[in-house]
Amino acid sequence: MKGSLIIVGCFLLGALLGWLDLLPAWLVQGDVSMYVLYALMLQVGIGIGSDAKLGQILRSIRPRLLLVPLATITGTLLFSALISFVIERWSLAECLAVGSGFAYYSLSSILISQLKEPTLGVQMASELGTVALMANIFREMFTLLGAPLFVRCFGRLAPICAGGATTMDTTLPVITRYAGNDLVFISILHGILVDFSVPFLVSFFCQL
Amino acid sequence: MFTVISILFTGVFIGYITRRFPFWAKINRPITYTIYLLLFLLGISVGHNPQIMDNLGTLGLQAFLLAAAGTLGSLCFAWLVYRLFFQRKKGAEE
Repeated sequence: MKGSLIIVGCFLLGALLGWLDLLPAWLVQGDVSMYVLYALMLQVGIGIGSDAKLGQILRSIRPRLLLVPLATITGTLLFSALISFVIERWSLAECLAVGSGFAYYSLSSILISQLKEPTLGVQMASELGTVALMANIFREMFTLLGAPLFVRCFGRLAPICAGGATTMDTTLPVITRYAGNDLVFISILHGILVDFSVPFLVSFFCQL
Repeated sequence: MFTVISILFTGVFIGYITRRFPFWAKINRPITYTIYLLLFLLGISVGHNPQIMDNLGTLGLQAFLLAAAGTLGSLCFAWLVYRLFFQRKKGAEE
């Protein structure tokens, strides 16, 4: 919770300073954020590659458990594709890129605003990045608030799939509380796998 | 675009071959700070952009629709997977 507040705070502080027009031009228009993004992707990659639990997790996975992250990804992408017919502003691939954030709002919004800049231009890329930030924050909030309801209507796996990439940290407590403690391993495994899929899927859909 | 993906894979490769280096265990800390910095920079470009600031309501509605659709889609498939592969097995054990 504290982490989410800091993240939203950083965004709001930047928005305020940008709005007040107090900053030097190189920071507003320059390529600074692109290079910072490269640095971030290198770190994220190192984090994935050096994770000691990665091999252990990959070996302990039984096929049945993979169905849970698969359900999350399939369900999210299918329904994001459907809603793209309602939202005229954004194309199918752009809606899929936002959906592929799976509640990992910080990374997905940054990736989208950077990767869409060459094709959409700064204006629309920042707009789509903002949509991605809000949409994925909403998704985390839905999971935190709706977990008990989701379990009742859609079964015990529901809050795990709804939580997307956050089910090994921020939404884990509500999941174990309402879906049962025995699902803690599935929830963590699901969170890790969906989390790893975010940079790949978001870049893929930004490319289409 | 390809740059980002290849940097990511380079990172995975470097991380994997140097996975015994103890300092990678703390890689989440610099990642967190880099994310703070990037969101601050995204905030700047949004705040500096009057067209976004004037349309926050519209963008918020689009975000809400996308979030609701994504969540509902996952819930439906979660229900399907639970019914087909988890509930039955539980029944067989009992």
